[in-house]
Amino acid sequence: MFEDGAIVNELLVERLNYFIYVVLLLIGLHAMISKRNLIKKLIGMSIFQTAIILFYVSIAVKEEATIPIYKAEHDPHGEVHHHPEKGGEEAEAHHGPVALKDEEIKQYANPLPHVLMLTAIVVGVATLGLALALTQRIYQGYGTIEEDELLTKIERADDRASQSPLKSNQSPSPKKAKGSATAKKATASPSRKSGSASQGKSAAKRKPAKRKPGSGGGKKA
Amino acid sequence: MMENAIAWIFIFPLFGAVACALVGMRQSKLCYPISGLSMLGATWAGAETLMQAVQSPVHEVSYILGGWTLDAFPRGVGIEFRADLLGALITLVVLGVGLIVSLYSKLPVREETPGKEPLFYVLFLLQITGLAGICLTGDAFNLYVLIEVAALTGYGLIAMGTNRAAAATFNYLILGTIGASLYLLGVGYLYIKTGTLNMVGVQQVIQANGLMDSPSMQVAFALIGLGILIKMAFFPFHAWLPNAYCNAPTTTSCLLAPLVTKVMIYVMIRMTLTVFGVEFSFESTLWSEFMPWLVVVAIVCAAVMALAQREIKRMLAYLIVAEVGYMVGGVWIYNYYGLIGSIFHIISDACMTLCLFLGAGLILRKAKTTHFDGLRGLFAKMPLTMIGFFVGGFSIIGLPPTCGFFSKWYLITGGMVSQRWEYLVVLMFSTMVMVVLFFRLIERIHLAVNEEGKNLGHGHGDLGLTEEQTRFDEGPLSMLIPLLLAASVVLVIGIYNQDVVNQIELFLEPFDLPKGTGRP
Amino acid sequence: MKLLSLVPVVAVGGLLLFAAQDFPEWGDPASPASTSPVSSHFIQSTGVDTEVPNMVTAVLADYRGFDTMFETVVVFIAGMAVLAILKSSGRRKGKREHEVEAEPDLIVTNTVRLIVPVIQIFAFYVLAHGHVSPGGGFQGGVVMGASFILVALAWDLEVALARFSAEKCILVAALGIVLYGGIGFLSMLLGGEFLDYAELEKVLPVSREMARYHAMLGVEIGVGFTVTAIIFALYANLSTEGRLKGGL
Repeated sequence: MFEDGAIVNELLVERLNYFIYVVLLLIGLHAMISKRNLIKKLIGMSIFQTAIILFYVSIAVKEEATIPIYKAEHDPHGEVHHHPEKGGEEAEAHHGPVALKDEEIKQYANPLPHVLMLTAIVVGVATLGLALALTQRIYQGYGTIEEDELLTKIERADDRASQSPLKSNQSPSPKKAKGSATAKKATASPSRKSGSASQGKSAAKRKPAKRKPGSGGGKKA
Repeated sequence: MMENAIAWIFIFPLFGAVACALVGMRQSKLCYPISGLSMLGATWAGAETLMQAVQSPVHEVSYILGGWTLDAFPRGVGIEFRADLLGALITLVVLGVGLIVSLYSKLPVREETPGKEPLFYVLFLLQITGLAGICLTGDAFNLYVLIEVAALTGYGLIAMGTNRAAAATFNYLILGTIGASLYLLGVGYLYIKTGTLNMVGVQQVIQANGLMDSPSMQVAFALIGLGILIKMAFFPFHAWLPNAYCNAPTTTSCLLAPLVTKVMIYVMIRMTLTVFGVEFSFESTLWSEFMPWLVVVAIVCAAVMALAQREIKRMLAYLIVAEVGYMVGGVWIYNYYGLIGSIFHIISDACMTLCLFLGAGLILRKAKTTHFDGLRGLFAKMPLTMIGFFVGGFSIIGLPPTCGFFSKWYLITGGMVSQRWEYLVVLMFSTMVMVVLFFRLIERIHLAVNEEGKNLGHGHGDLGLTEEQTRFDEGPLSMLIPLLLAASVVLVIGIYNQDVVNQIELFLEPFDLPKGTGRP
Repeated sequence: MKLLSLVPVVAVGGLLLFAAQDFPEWGDPASPASTSPVSSHFIQSTGVDTEVPNMVTAVLADYRGFDTMFETVVVFIAGMAVLAILKSSGRRKGKREHEVEAEPDLIVTNTVRLIVPVIQIFAFYVLAHGHVSPGGGFQGGVVMGASFILVALAWDLEVALARFSAEKCILVAALGIVLYGGIGFLSMLLGGEFLDYAELEKVLPVSREMARYHAMLGVEIGVGFTVTAIIFALYANLSTEGRLKGGL
């Protein structure tokens, strides 16, 4: 099948829709993987999902077929029945729902992919809304939406969190003083109050110095 | 009423979620009882469906939503819910875990996410609806919608916590969307070649039209498989799991960790056996050749990384990745016993992971940390919690009479009989790693170590720890009883393992899997 | 990193194009999807089964109504999750000082005052007319939600919230799902399967097919409620980062 000229014909002319959707899909996938900015990743995700939607909708197309809404003569509540040769009383005849014959099916495009993609579009919008809310929350917490800066801040917070609670006041990493302030501020400020009120936040993330292990026995939570 | 039991499985949590949204905005205290009652009703419906599936002559319950019954309409016109033995078993497990976690959730939710309890319970109940629906549906596109329901609620549940959780969720969202979209694309390829979305219908068309060798079917299989592997955190797509589960609020990790990845493995088994068929999946594609090797790499890496952790929840997260490797390997060694082991392992892994995470939540609450160094003398302080936690731990290692022993037994049998020595070796290796992991923990928790690292002997009020630190101080009952319930489920499933395996064997019978080596 | 990530992307592209050789040509009326019994049944018998001229709406709301119910649930989840993520518990970074204090513009507000009722009527039209022309619950709901967003853009978010407050959003969204699920549940109680609208003929004085017709309108209204409320709630929360004050 893939002889010299045939690949161009087969792929780019007769199956153009598949080629287009693959190109869009790759653009979206590349953006999702390689871009640094979180919003650009989300744009890539949107393009990726749109390419899939385009693929499905292109399946529904039939040559010389119209949209999947009944034409007047097949309409279940149809009133149009022009038979002028049969006389006046036929002209306003109601006809009830009719089951279509096989040749008439070819006049309508396939409705099923349209339905599936209505669902997929809505799901995509919902995911995008959620992702944007997440991005806002990340910006509130870390002050950046560039992935590399975010990773550095997160790594510092993780390093701090994974320190043993036994090493009470000696913080080995000097970077702690500078960078983790932003990450800490958002979680640490309400936790300066009494221990029981701040119990809600994940204990491992907080400054280990405040927690002497074993002192939990004295406190009823 | 009884013939609609399968519909009640999702009606209860769905209407419970809506009730939480309506009522809970005013009276947030009502959300906990509403969620408990919904889960109780759903679990009853799940048990009823399992009974019906066991007693029916074809071992399945078929329910077409919308009334488009198969005698009057072509297959695929309506959406079918098909509870065969596999689906009914896993649904019951999902609902049972949801029930236990909803009982457990009262205090952690109030404390970790104050003011957001109604929202939490709405998302919780909808997550259960999505997961239970995934296990029951018989329509490939409906499966995509339900996967997205489960995924979106999961993102919301995790990101409700700290800012760190929100950052972890973003990564999870990107990877999860790629996975689900690849699945959708694969379903599109299936549709374009077969013209139907009903799972059994697709299988029928593949058989009738001889589509086994078509390249688009192979690519459809690859896309669906890849999408599902990303969603189940198979190495190397596992990067989202440790961060997401460790930074999530306690109840969220107790719900998501046992269920989400296992349900995805169920989806893989469903796609492999029911949609594409045994002949296509195992003999036409090359997956059964190279997947066991990928599984070996996955399990080794996950086990080694688990060994390197110093914090309980992170260690458990890497153990989940290793367990996923077991189950995927059990499927792809193309053997009857391997598949029994895989399916039984889904059930037992859900229960034992539940035990472990419930225990970790209690430890966090009482010891204020889950770092290994903060666990000195905990056995004296919280013996019941520790017993519950370690029942889960022994099940992961695979000690009888816990259910983990029996599922591992079948996996090992499968590996031996099919002569996949690489899988067998890696099972043994990882079991030894897990023994080291858990006995190290036992040592820490049971013995007392003072600040300079000297072993001071038994943790019952000896030197180094004050009377106060080792006084009996268990967690609250609303968290303790679910943990003990989960531990007893682990033991009960282990003791009655033959009953469960009988049902699995009944399910696998029509598929005619090789009982010896699968290689031609 | 950017060049390295091109490798798996191109590999995936090659895989997908490899499969395309097997696909039917674009628009081929004899392709498996177009000639399958499922699609043929939809085109042939939608009028007979449901008396709805728009096949897409019939498939969406009746044949595959269960999917649509969960699609509505997805929209609901998006709203709830955004609330859960952004709802403040008292921590703020405190540098939100760049809010613009602008007077609502005379031309904009007067134009919007004239246009919004028309938009809302159009939304009702799109929803109700979804049976006979392209339209339906989702489309109508989005237009309706957009009308509230237009009010918020022209004046202030508070003006829009005074008409459609945050609690009402959640209430209306939940009501939409109750409507959809309730119709399905009622059908189940009357003896059919869940979402078997034909059973509603026992309570409505219409034939089985017209019961499906009317129940479809009911579920579309439910969908419209949920989508309206959540679209507006998403806008309100995302533009103010959950605080519901200030904003665009």
